Amino acid sequence: MTELTPVKLNLSPATRLTLLLVTVILVCALFLTWNVKASWAFTLEFRGQKLISMVLVGIFIAISTLLFQTISQNRILTPSIMGFDALYILIQSIMIVVVGASSYSILNEYTKWAIEISIMTGMMLLLSKFLFRDSAQSIQLLILSGVVLGICLSSINGLVFRMMDPSQSVVAQDAFFASFSSPPMALLQVSCLILLSCLVFLYRYHHQLDVLSLGEQTAHSLGINYSRLTQHVLILIAILVGMSTALVGPITFLGLLVVHLAYQLAGSYKHKILLPFAAILGVLVLVLGEFILQHVVAFNTRLSIVIECVGGVVFLALIIKQAKS
Amino acid sequence: MTKMTLYWALAFVSLIITSLLVGTITLDSANFDWLLLSQTRIPRTIAIILSGMSLSVAGVIMQMLANNKFVEPTTTGTVEWAILGMLLLLIFYPQASLTVKLSVSVLFSIVGAVSFLLLIKKLHTRSVIMVPLVGIIYAGIIGAVVNFIAYQQDLMQFVWVWIQGDFSMILQGRYELLWIAGLLTFLAYFIADRFTLVGLGKNVATNLGLNYSYVFAIGITLVASIAGITVVIAGVLPFLGLIVPNIVSLYFGDNLRRSIPLIACLGAMLALVCDILARILVHPFEIPVGVIMGVVGSVVFLGLLLRQTCHD
Amino acid sequence: MIELKNVALSYGHKQVLNDINLTLADTGLTSIIGPNGSGKSSCLGLMSRLQKASAGEVLLDNCPIQHIPANQLAKQLSILRQDNHTNARIQVKDLITFGRYPYHQGRPSEQDLKIVEQCIEYVDLRDVQDRFIDQLSGGQRQRVFIAMVLAQDTRTILLDEPLNNLDIKHSVSIMKQLRKTCDELNKQVVVVLHDINFAAHYSDTIIALKNGEVIANGSPAEIMQDSVLSHIYDMHITVTDIQGKPTCLFYS
Repeated sequence: MTELTPVKLNLSPATRLTLLLVTVILVCALFLTWNVKASWAFTLEFRGQKLISMVLVGIFIAISTLLFQTISQNRILTPSIMGFDALYILIQSIMIVVVGASSYSILNEYTKWAIEISIMTGMMLLLSKFLFRDSAQSIQLLILSGVVLGICLSSINGLVFRMMDPSQSVVAQDAFFASFSSPPMALLQVSCLILLSCLVFLYRYHHQLDVLSLGEQTAHSLGINYSRLTQHVLILIAILVGMSTALVGPITFLGLLVVHLAYQLAGSYKHKILLPFAAILGVLVLVLGEFILQHVVAFNTRLSIVIECVGGVVFLALIIKQAKS
Repeated sequence: MTKMTLYWALAFVSLIITSLLVGTITLDSANFDWLLLSQTRIPRTIAIILSGMSLSVAGVIMQMLANNKFVEPTTTGTVEWAILGMLLLLIFYPQASLTVKLSVSVLFSIVGAVSFLLLIKKLHTRSVIMVPLVGIIYAGIIGAVVNFIAYQQDLMQFVWVWIQGDFSMILQGRYELLWIAGLLTFLAYFIADRFTLVGLGKNVATNLGLNYSYVFAIGITLVASIAGITVVIAGVLPFLGLIVPNIVSLYFGDNLRRSIPLIACLGAMLALVCDILARILVHPFEIPVGVIMGVVGSVVFLGLLLRQTCHD
Repeated sequence: MIELKNVALSYGHKQVLNDINLTLADTGLTSIIGPNGSGKSSCLGLMSRLQKASAGEVLLDNCPIQHIPANQLAKQLSILRQDNHTNARIQVKDLITFGRYPYHQGRPSEQDLKIVEQCIEYVDLRDVQDRFIDQLSGGQRQRVFIAMVLAQDTRTILLDEPLNNLDIKHSVSIMKQLRKTCDELNKQVVVVLHDINFAAHYSDTIIALKNGEVIANGSPAEIMQDSVLSHIYDMHITVTDIQGKPTCLFYS
């Protein structure tokens, strides 16, 4: 595990969290009100929708990545590097092909997500068998396998996409190329529901999560039902990854970036602090990033591209650092 | 052994014949169009064989240079650099001739290959896994840079479609420069022993009197040239240079004098199989062969990695 | 004849070898001994041009080693380094045949193949000659590399800890083979050894390095003394005479 050296500010974790919260509220306000060109009503609604999806995605990605790293006791793995967002998209494609374009469109949103999430959870549970090994070599092998699996799934998805007939591909396009600006209402509703249940779960179990990060043996000896807790957390991760991919598509490195920033800045190892810190930081990175790209910098670019580039460099640095130790 | 060779030769010939006959219009005794055959099918088949052959051999040379069996031009940033070069050329000098395009592509490929090999040299790692992992991430970073520039210039859709490995655009008169890649492959075969020695490590190679840096430079030039040329004419054909040498190595080892001909043949055959599939899966439409290769290649790669897991 | 004149080697701030002056005998077996980090491998690396000296000259037969064309040098001097990890999957026989590369450049003749067969016999690998080296044990792999160097048939052979990974039987057999090569074929063999007793038993000259400097250079009789060895290794070592050969004991 990479060494944690929290930033040497003499601020308590609670203070840091509060500061962060204030910052993010300010940034959101800025995002909503800066340089309004059209009517206020329209702008607020348009930007508001965008803001809500960014908030949701930021929280989901941050939390799912943090939980994944806790379970695997490894600070380089994330669900997206293991190919899970690619998996989500593939499941959707296959469903469209199997069920048919028209049936898919009228499929009950909840049924759709239930099927997708259960398949993803199944894969997560399967993967969990491989997560708990100690040697550095097998972790690296796991990372590489995950990366290649992600490439494999994207390739298969590309193939399925090209084999669809036109009606199916139209439906698929809508499903895949969601961006921050146009999430369907139903999706947002489900996301908020999930966010609430997630918060409840984490509030109840955050102490146990702290113990979980100490490893299986320690957890057992401290009386935690390790396998059951791990399963519950994996299901939660699957749901969160599914939701964020549904909202904005795959962003491979956002989670890694945010979580590592959180490790550095939060000032505590406890999930009680880390989880909210990472979540708010996730929102901050997205909203601030989007704000800067839109208003400050002259570039015309997508935030996802910038994240991929920066994240890739950070990931590379992390791998090299781990290899050297 | 000769019986096996006969079967494989027969398989190869049948693949070639299938490739000549199958397509949007299926040629058979009733429907025999010489023009179609000579203008598109024959050039296409030749292009497939040349690309498959040269990319596989480029892969094995890169593996010798990097002392790692899981690298090849499309998974280490070499091809991404070539795409970057082509993109910049498109933006600044769109009326470039094919020769200029090829030169730019090869030059940028050389930069890509050299930068990757320098990067892993800095790593000082023995791990068989680290090197390809770093390669893939490095390729991703350069890919993101390409995306960044393409998005700026509103060329995103265009770039990724145009760079996709696709033999459907091959016509008589538009692919001949691929023969250069073929020639480079033969050259590689003639100096195969030198590359095997490089694969044994710098100390062993130097001990046996090899001018290591010189051979290394020739190797990089060969790999980058083949990658650069095939990207411009045929597009990106992923994983071919990785899986073919690994499969051949499993049975025949890494003595390049023995294995390069086998790698070339298997590479050509695999490319033919993928392209034939690309033509028949949604007949009469075509899927770009790069898509098929991406699936086949990544699945085999995954299999090779799992095999590695069992070894540890 | 190998000569090192005022040779120094450093990596960044680290001084590995300091003002080395050596003239190695033209024929016979010379052992280089010394504690870890004394610069023994680097010394060999410099002698074989695999490493470049930061200062001073390395001469082979009175000619600076970097001026000798690569292919010619490969026929005069061969080296086997300590670290021969390779990912390449090569057959035993093929690898040893590569030892003849300076002569056949990729097209081995009948003569080359005969020499290869002989070398396979010397290292007792006849049974596994068609296997891939990654299918062999560490000791077998080491013997393959030794055979490769023997096949190169150079006048000067440098070996860096060749007995690593070898069991007693094969260690003795290799040392006997090297001794025979010196005696019958008039070759010059320079070996870095960890086992002082092997050095004493088989060498004509022993050179001791410590902290990057030569602190002893002489016949086994001269070096195998309590005081000398204790000084080299910074521990209490006793030398006794067993069957007419000096043997040292350091186990307690």
